[in-house]
Amino acid sequence: MIRLVPRDQTSAAWQIATPLLAVLATMIAGGLLFAIMGYDPLAAIRTIFWDPLFGPAAGYSRPQLLVKAAPLILIASGLAVGFRAGIWNIGAEGQYIIGGITGAAVALAAYPAEGMWIFPAMVLAGALGGWAWGMIPALLRNWFGASEILVSLMLVYVAQRVAAWMAFGPMKNPEGYGFPGSRNLQQYPAASNPELIAGTGAHWGVVAAAAAVLAIWFLMSRHIRGFHIRAAGLAPRAARFAGVRPETLVAFCLGLSGAFAGMAGLFEVAGPAGQITDKLGTGYGFTAIIVAFLGRLHPVGILLAGLLLALTYIGGELAQLTLQLPAATVQVFQGMLLFFLLGFDLLTRFRIARRIAA
Amino acid sequence: MTAEAAVFRAEGVGKSYPGVRANDDVSFAVEAGQIHALLGENGAGKSTLVKMIYGLVKPDDGRMTLNGAHHHPADPRAARAAGVAMVFQHFSLFDALTVAENIALGMEYPPPRRELSARIRQVSQDFGLPLNPARRIVTLSAGERQRVEIIRCLLQDPRLLIMDEPTSVLTPQEAELLFATLRKLADRGTAILYISHKLEEIRTHCDRATILRGGKVVDSCDPRAHSARELAAMMVGGEMRPIDRSGRQAGKILLEVKSLSLPAPNAEGTALKSVSLSLRAGEILGIGGVAGNGQEELLAALSGEVRSAPGTILLEDRDLGATPPQARRRAGLLAAPEDRLGHAAVPDFSLTENTLLTAGPRKGLVRKGLIDRAAARAYAEQVIRDFDVRTPGPSTAARALSGGNLQKFVIGREVLQAPRVLVVNQPTWGVDAGAATAVRQSLLDLARGGAGVIVISQDLDELMELSDRFCALNEGRLSDPRPTAGLNLDEIGLMLGGAHGMEVAQI
Repeated sequence: MIRLVPRDQTSAAWQIATPLLAVLATMIAGGLLFAIMGYDPLAAIRTIFWDPLFGPAAGYSRPQLLVKAAPLILIASGLAVGFRAGIWNIGAEGQYIIGGITGAAVALAAYPAEGMWIFPAMVLAGALGGWAWGMIPALLRNWFGASEILVSLMLVYVAQRVAAWMAFGPMKNPEGYGFPGSRNLQQYPAASNPELIAGTGAHWGVVAAAAAVLAIWFLMSRHIRGFHIRAAGLAPRAARFAGVRPETLVAFCLGLSGAFAGMAGLFEVAGPAGQITDKLGTGYGFTAIIVAFLGRLHPVGILLAGLLLALTYIGGELAQLTLQLPAATVQVFQGMLLFFLLGFDLLTRFRIARRIAA
Repeated sequence: MTAEAAVFRAEGVGKSYPGVRANDDVSFAVEAGQIHALLGENGAGKSTLVKMIYGLVKPDDGRMTLNGAHHHPADPRAARAAGVAMVFQHFSLFDALTVAENIALGMEYPPPRRELSARIRQVSQDFGLPLNPARRIVTLSAGERQRVEIIRCLLQDPRLLIMDEPTSVLTPQEAELLFATLRKLADRGTAILYISHKLEEIRTHCDRATILRGGKVVDSCDPRAHSARELAAMMVGGEMRPIDRSGRQAGKILLEVKSLSLPAPNAEGTALKSVSLSLRAGEILGIGGVAGNGQEELLAALSGEVRSAPGTILLEDRDLGATPPQARRRAGLLAAPEDRLGHAAVPDFSLTENTLLTAGPRKGLVRKGLIDRAAARAYAEQVIRDFDVRTPGPSTAARALSGGNLQKFVIGREVLQAPRVLVVNQPTWGVDAGAATAVRQSLLDLARGGAGVIVISQDLDELMELSDRFCALNEGRLSDPRPTAGLNLDEIGLMLGGAHGMEVAQI
């Protein structure tokens, strides 16, 4: 029989080493998988991890890196705060969708007005929408003790239905010849989220992601609220003793991560996606969970992990095009990454002991 | 078997953990019919030693014999089969099951329920341990729960019975009953290994004492022939510094608790029932009682973790009933909970970070929500220095400190904030004698400076040593305080046990 025995001490070096090991193990396991499927493993790995940045078509794919990384980093920054406190928002995807819808609603209501106020108002509305969607599991947990994990996750599917309803109903483009989907905000200058510096992919979402990273670094390491969040995650009773009210913390963490996810949704709708469709959710909210953990819930780690996961998105698409790898490749990769990370994590905290059956 | 033949014998037994020699060349013997005390401070190696006897840990070297045969149990099951039984300090019973069901669960081949119940009744009668096999554990007192564990052991008909600090959860009357049982058992030829650091009970009830210090046997004696002071000196390896109670004067009333009632926080908790007390400047009020009678709940109500009705808690005439913890600290009401790791301190936080748990408002470590790290570090260093906390430095994680050192840190963190009133629960629980003296002295010094101190403790000796007035907490009710001077143990026992304790005492 095999048992897990807690280690007396977990080393700081392993804290940094495990994400790197997990990436390495994902490459090896992914390569094996590709080999079994009959692809050249080395070519596949190179296509996914190398070519997007330095390959022949890098000029096109490189800007995509920031486009994909920005929402991941923005959402993961918010999630990491809650995860530190042991408050598990699994439904960032839903908050992302609702944020996109409420933000776009401001633009669609204002259309065709022009004005400097429109875009900031959209960002605010997006954040508020995500915040409100995040407050539903928070209040249900505080009032009735409902698991925020389940409630936030299930609200993702509700949000998807809301997006479909909007795309086919209230927000449908009146000049869209009956096609589902809202007006394209890229063609509405006051409401669009354009590339700020040509060729970089950097839009306002990238700026927001960078600001979010700085903000949570400040919160978690300089502010007493961040201290209380960390204390609550490590020792809830000690946090209560220090004066933390668990209900306040639940509302703060779910609200904050919801607002960040909502903003990310708005930047996407006003920028790369351009419009509200029933396919508004593309999985950023779920992938951001991996980003948060791969980044050790630390701002700098999240920054790096966000870029890496963005790379797997772009590389996966590239591999689809050039090697005809299946579309699910990216998800398989991301899944393996989280699996290996959690596995290695477990082994840094526990060791395996063999027990001789009596 | 002759009279001097040992039931159990250890010869040169040693055990090392990384960085620690837990036991070194330990030799001693327990004879049939003997109640043999294993005496030592925390960390002296007592628990490692009994874990080896009970098969939980394997010795590195040396040899053990049981009834003349080589004793090297691979696991507790093998140890039990060889005739070793052990009653742990913490019980492993299922609350929702009955006594008989719990005992059956611990047996390899439980007999039919009716037969088992009959045997439980038989054993409990034989040894004067009244226990109804059909009762559910949840309805039993701590003393009765311990009886379940003891009867579970007696059903194995052990040659050697190990008791790990059994009286720490008992009232004095319950403890007397336990010793009567142990004596009966010894008279039938069972060898008993009795672990404790309570010197008086060892002097009164044990035939032989082996004293451990730093993992080694430092002495072996007949405890009845020595004073408690001499035994303590053997234990710590030097004279104990007597505590200084001088220079305190009772001043005006600082803290008043008026008819404080709170529901039980959870299924295992205890409701507080109309608790009232008053505390004067310069005074130490001792609150005794067996754990689980509302101690944690009372501390939580005073620290502010749990709020109470307006007018129930008054600090210098200021109503704090609905005030959250940090505002109470600002007002001068500080607390140090019993559980050091996870309640009084965050195990994974450094000592610097742990100062921020409570010292923010009074020490200016947090300004407008921003943490002043340099100030926090300086305060941690001050606590470490003034309270002689043995640690490499303020960046050390709390979990890396020994129990005694962390306790000194926790008490120091509160005392150095110069509270008006300090409430401490179990200030020296699991702390070695040297550190315990330091902690107690710091509480007396605090009171000398004009603060009021409430000491909640299960250690009667500690309460007698520290407190000016004594009251007992029993099932969430607080008795009227009585001056400590002139109280004797019998009176205290009755206060602690309430009606329940008297019933036990009559058996």
